[in-house]
Amino acid sequence: MLYFSKWKAIAILAACAIIGLMIVPSLIPSAAYDALPSFLQRKIVLGLDLQGGSYIVLQVDQSEVRKARLEQLRDDARRVLRDDRIGYSGLGIQGDSVQVRIREGQDADGAYTKLRALAQPIGGALSATGQLDTDVSRDGNVITITPTSTGIQARTIQAVSQSIEIIRKRIDQLGTTEPSIQRQGSDRIQVQVPGLQDPSRLKALLGQTAKLSFRLVDNTMSAQQALQGRPPAGTQVLYSDANPPVPYLIEDRVLVAGEDLTDAQPSFDPQTREPVVTFRFNTNGARRFAEATQANVGRPFAIILDNKVISAPVIREPILGGSGQISGSFSVQEANDLAILLRAGALPVPLQVVEERTVGPGLGADSIRAGIIASIVGATAVAVFMVATYGVFGIVAVFAVAINVAMIMGLLAMLGATLTLPGIAGVVLTVGIAVDSNVLIYERIREEARAGRSAISAIDAGFSRALATILDSNITTFIAAAVLFYVGSGPVRGFAITFGIGIMTTVFTAFTLTRLMVAMWVRWRRPQHVPI
Amino acid sequence: MRLLRIVPDDTNFDFIRFRRISFPISALLSIVALTAFLTLGLNFGIDFKGGTLLEVRYPNNSLNMADVRSKLEALDLGEVQIQEIGNDGEVLIRVAEQPGGEQAQQAVVGKVRGTLGDTVEYRRVEVVGPRVSQELLSYGIVGLMLAVFCILVYLWFRFEWQFALGASIANFHDIVLTIGFMAIFQIDFDLTSVAALLTILGYSLNDTIVIYDRIREMLRRYKKMPTEELLNHSINSTLSRSVITHVTVTLALLALVLFGGRAIHSFSVTMLFGVVLVGTYTSIFIASPLLIYLGVTTRTLVEKEPKTANPRAERIAP
Repeated sequence: MLYFSKWKAIAILAACAIIGLMIVPSLIPSAAYDALPSFLQRKIVLGLDLQGGSYIVLQVDQSEVRKARLEQLRDDARRVLRDDRIGYSGLGIQGDSVQVRIREGQDADGAYTKLRALAQPIGGALSATGQLDTDVSRDGNVITITPTSTGIQARTIQAVSQSIEIIRKRIDQLGTTEPSIQRQGSDRIQVQVPGLQDPSRLKALLGQTAKLSFRLVDNTMSAQQALQGRPPAGTQVLYSDANPPVPYLIEDRVLVAGEDLTDAQPSFDPQTREPVVTFRFNTNGARRFAEATQANVGRPFAIILDNKVISAPVIREPILGGSGQISGSFSVQEANDLAILLRAGALPVPLQVVEERTVGPGLGADSIRAGIIASIVGATAVAVFMVATYGVFGIVAVFAVAINVAMIMGLLAMLGATLTLPGIAGVVLTVGIAVDSNVLIYERIREEARAGRSAISAIDAGFSRALATILDSNITTFIAAAVLFYVGSGPVRGFAITFGIGIMTTVFTAFTLTRLMVAMWVRWRRPQHVPI
Repeated sequence: MRLLRIVPDDTNFDFIRFRRISFPISALLSIVALTAFLTLGLNFGIDFKGGTLLEVRYPNNSLNMADVRSKLEALDLGEVQIQEIGNDGEVLIRVAEQPGGEQAQQAVVGKVRGTLGDTVEYRRVEVVGPRVSQELLSYGIVGLMLAVFCILVYLWFRFEWQFALGASIANFHDIVLTIGFMAIFQIDFDLTSVAALLTILGYSLNDTIVIYDRIREMLRRYKKMPTEELLNHSINSTLSRSVITHVTVTLALLALVLFGGRAIHSFSVTMLFGVVLVGTYTSIFIASPLLIYLGVTTRTLVEKEPKTANPRAERIAP
């Protein structure tokens, strides 16, 4: 156990040095870091609990996805039946499906075939599963169209992907450094934005669907009358954001929608000096807006965002230029944010904030300080105790543990892992475990020496026996760390990472570095008795 | 320089006989722990209960607890806990989960910020909705069980089933006592507590395995030795290591408890209790004596490994 070939010794020392030195890029100032070649540009990322920032989890509501899909199916069914001039009645959403009654019995077969074509294979035409996203069934003249649950799931996953893109665009506009936006599970999005003082603006930006539409105001009756009686077919009552909210009777038909915007910018109205948002339509939108305004001069139209009326100006003259402005007594920030939302586009479905954790920069700095102090105090106490107990071998242990910690940090940097406060606790605990591997070895050496072996034979036997134990005991601890990594999130995962890496480096240093250092010492001193 | 020696050489305590005292003590403590868990309950943090937590600092001694209390009570948010922490003008505000789904939780932060104003520093804000808290709780429980199961399987392969069973009974005992401790002292039970429990599990096992390893080695070497004597010998010969390791781990944990900051305080305290008090005690006084009841004798290993029973024997007895 004590013989190392020269090359093996060099390889061990080189491995320790290289891994340990990977921490250097994390410690140097950023100017020097940027000058490094790209393969060395790897550093430890501080968790949000240390550098301050917001962690937000958004969820796509499956019931909203289902609702949107049902509405789409209803409209598609109406289109199909109208195109084929098939008489029907009672087309509507019933619970989780769309139902329609075909008037004439002889049309039912044809209608059934046509409507069955609405079902699409999940994952597009090229998908191999052959599962359909919609189930169409027929009972006499009644045809029922039901989205399948796998179909809804596929749509949810798709909605998450689309939402991630849009959220990224929105957050990029905030100008924060290194936001991270990730999918979490099948229906969640995890957003991490470091260094924000107040996440309420972030949440406002994320929480809005930002579905914009331009629609005409119905003036055949007042909104009050519509509320008391029944709104005319094809209209609904929507409210403004004012306090108290003002009701408007709005046509369902959309003149132009948010998708047709190419640009939106905050600016000031030249006359009123109020903050407004100016926008431009694409060609298609410009043409449709021009036609609609030409046909409806003198009538009010409404600008609607997420089913709220932002403003309802009267069309004074046809708007042909393809651009316009939205005024709605905004503050400068509101105008700014609305422009961001419009540029980034609407979310496919509304998102809900289901979890939020924000740490202010002050607390983060305090935590870093506490972590550093605890590490230094803990490490010093352990080092003093080890040297007092084992003398020269104690120094070997302290050195091995120091290299061990440097290697943990180096590996964290290499993996680009996140260091959290529980992560620092993991490092401190690793110091405890790493020391244990040395204790196991030394105690075994002592035992073997007391059993009457010569110094070198005792050291040799001590290592070979103790290393088996070290492996066994560390594998079980590692299993606990792996499970923790698997089920944990955020800070807990940070702890699992450092703890898991720490166990690996501990086993590595026990098998190589500690053994090598003791072997070198033995060759140098040629001891007659074990010094512990 | 004379080296520090905590445990004298050649100790010969009769740990196995001591089981007549330690087993009843453990049984009693487990009952106390379970009773505390059932009557007092765990002090679930917002991770598992849902709700809102705000840590606020009032600058320059401007904190007026009565004022904060009356302002927050005026909001009518249901159960609100207000607690002054440290003496730096810091207040911890916990608002219980609001009825009305995910959006209702989000509104709480806005209301509290509105009433406390912008002159105070919002050091930490956490909102956990009902859906996530449910999931986190089930993840935590599944995680603990998964870990115990994986470790059991590993031990079963690496040792014998008696050892795996002994270790898992000992582990269960550790977790029960630690949970009882958390119930009695009403320590916040949140995600980091699950991390603490898992780490305690890992540590305690680590310890148990070091002794089991030695027992296995002795079983192979001394085929004629009575089991009780053999177990005693194994515990005694690893005693120095057990004690020294626990001193070092205690030093590391004490540093975390005293200087690690409030964010990991409950984590560190739980670990200190679980690892240092329970873990060590369990491996020595519970896990090893248990093997007697599980029927571990030299034959347990001999029957399994008739030829290669002792690969190291040649080197031990030249």
